Amino acid sequence: MNYTGAQIIWECLLREGVDVVFGYPGGANLPLYDALLDYPIRHVLPRHEQGGAHMADGYARASGKVGVSMGTSGPGATNLVTGIATAMMDSIPVVFITGQVVSKFIGYDAFQETDVTGITLPITKHNYLVTDAHELNHVIREAFYIARTGRPGPVLVDISKDAQQASIPWQYDDSPIRLPGYRPGQKPPGEDIERALEMLHAAKRPVILAGHGVQQSGAMKELLQFAEITQTPVALTLLGIGCFPASHRLNLGMMGMHGEAWVNHAIQEADLLLAMGMRFDDRVTGNLKTYAPNAKKIHFEIDLSEVNKNVKVDLTLTGDLRLNLRQLLSHLQNAPHLVDAPHLEPQERLDWLARIDEHRGDSAVRDILNLPDSGHLYAAHVVNDLWRATQGNALVVTDVGQHQMWTAQYYHFNSPNMWLTSGGLGTMGFGLPAGIGAKIARPENEVWVIAGDGGFQMTMSELTTAAQEKVKVNVAIMNNGYLGMVRQWQEFFYQKRYSATPMLSPDFVKIAEACGLTGLRVTRRADVIPAVRQAQETEGTVVIDFRVEQEDAVYPMVPAGADLHEMIRRPKPSVLVETAEDEF
Amino acid sequence: MQHTLVALVEDKPGVLNRVASLFRRRAYNIDSLTVGHTHQPGVSRMTIGVTGDDFQIERLTAYLYKLVNVIQVEDLSKVPSVNRDLAMVKVKANAENRTHIMQTVDVFRARIVDVTNDSFIVEVTGDEEKIEGLLDVLKPFGIIEMVRTGMVSMARGVNANPAFSSNGHHAQEIIN
Repeated sequence: MNYTGAQIIWECLLREGVDVVFGYPGGANLPLYDALLDYPIRHVLPRHEQGGAHMADGYARASGKVGVSMGTSGPGATNLVTGIATAMMDSIPVVFITGQVVSKFIGYDAFQETDVTGITLPITKHNYLVTDAHELNHVIREAFYIARTGRPGPVLVDISKDAQQASIPWQYDDSPIRLPGYRPGQKPPGEDIERALEMLHAAKRPVILAGHGVQQSGAMKELLQFAEITQTPVALTLLGIGCFPASHRLNLGMMGMHGEAWVNHAIQEADLLLAMGMRFDDRVTGNLKTYAPNAKKIHFEIDLSEVNKNVKVDLTLTGDLRLNLRQLLSHLQNAPHLVDAPHLEPQERLDWLARIDEHRGDSAVRDILNLPDSGHLYAAHVVNDLWRATQGNALVVTDVGQHQMWTAQYYHFNSPNMWLTSGGLGTMGFGLPAGIGAKIARPENEVWVIAGDGGFQMTMSELTTAAQEKVKVNVAIMNNGYLGMVRQWQEFFYQKRYSATPMLSPDFVKIAEACGLTGLRVTRRADVIPAVRQAQETEGTVVIDFRVEQEDAVYPMVPAGADLHEMIRRPKPSVLVETAEDEF
Repeated sequence: MQHTLVALVEDKPGVLNRVASLFRRRAYNIDSLTVGHTHQPGVSRMTIGVTGDDFQIERLTAYLYKLVNVIQVEDLSKVPSVNRDLAMVKVKANAENRTHIMQTVDVFRARIVDVTNDSFIVEVTGDEEKIEGLLDVLKPFGIIEMVRTGMVSMARGVNANPAFSSNGHHAQEIIN
């Protein structure tokens, strides 16, 4: 039987389990969109291709499946670029399918022609240009396979219009994929596991550094068991949040630039770091020369190019984290609990936990949550109230900036895949579209998008997408009238010279209403929870404009390139009240 | 230190671009790069001359492996190997120095592959040092034009790395 290239694409997508795509039609993918009408696949039309890319990304993060995003050639493809780079930096499996001009015009600067495979070469895990319908079947299968295996990532398939139009005899080919140079995972040699155990037994002050890889390999249960059996505290990267329960006694919280002081101190004082599915990003390590100077380091990592990249490690356990943890656990089975394992020296471990707790006590007096209510609305308070009002059960998607860090600090996640954020690329404008994608992936979940007034304005046109698709997400805008994080750096490092950071916003309530949605405004702490309740009870997407303290800063802060233990701390309350009065 | 990396890659459009782009975006400088077919269908071989310390080359190797089309990478500066570059040098010649040039070329075991009344093309094969040596002695005669292929390298004996092995079955097995 004959199929057009466009039909083959949809047939292959169906067989990959795709039930929703986020895309934008145009000249070079018209055949694909024409064929779409005959297939049982939901199509979501964003208002900008970047929005579609983030939706597919949010969908992939929330569902654990491969997201699919589409665009036409030229501007359609270039508009995807920020979304592709976002997925690349955070290792998110998304397949991007772009239309390309008719193959005989490629290279002739045809209307809406761009070299999208060239443009996306460094920001995709792999990409393809297809000009022959016969290649579509195996290319699409390879694209999904590469996107989801090993260290996941985005794959782009650029398909010329004539390849979509061509009609060829076809039946689905599911013969084994042949990729001789692709090695998605390496198995750990047994002796490395034993060496890891020896290092663990020798350690007095171990810390687990848990990253995004824990969730991506589905190793949450194994991590929990491992931490409990070995009584090792767990510090989390920004994307690792949720992979270990926030309420657990061994949870330290987020590390790095805006990590809590006790977490960074624990890392600096540790004698063993067990880095699991994390890549020692500069936001996590601070100054590499002084990073964890006394610690031996074991790196559990599936991507060998990450090993010894930033931090030289003493031992690498390559391959899938969950398999490695299972091997470690099976070796520990003879000593199922610390008290039964004298070689783990329980008293030393208890001393270590107590030492970390000392630092916690020191932090409590500076915590913004413990500040008296001075009539100002603090974003951190809003986030914490939101956490209480949702009982910590919301799927939270953030944008990028101060509100993102406050959410990381004050919304406490006990389960994985409830916290979606753009970490590596730090893409402003990610929040709303990713939230829409996440809600489509998990309609049963209550979804909250937390954004700043700056980032929200970058992609707020997607409110109309939410309205058209009848997707209910609740949006909390932490509106401080500034590009807050940049303003904070200007405050700390540029003598408060606020260059291009004060920002006028439209009336977000009216914007929501103009889209046929609901808008609310909150200016006082007492109104936070009632507004959250109202949003929960309202049908359709609700936007809440929280008018928060304008010049608040995220603390603690490790200045870029500084030593991890050199943190700028929130002034203790007495000092804070004084400055607050001085400035306002 | 100068390293010679040999990479077996899938013979597909765009692979050279992927490799070259990798060097650019990870901030490495390519000293020389040659690409050609191997005896195995579907497999090309790249010889890449690159300067860096052991750590940088280790990183580079890991990044190369991350490319889906790269099958095998080996650093030949770590093992005994044969390195060859080919140069063609068009040099000015006249009735007086003609014999002198021919004798010089002979000493270097190079060959004259084109003769006109006022020029020779000299073809020379060898390692970097030998070619530089010949160029030095030809320079005074007046070099009109010069081209070099860039270095190609091969490990001596039966390569310990099975993909490169002389009987050639292994890479083919990986491909199939």
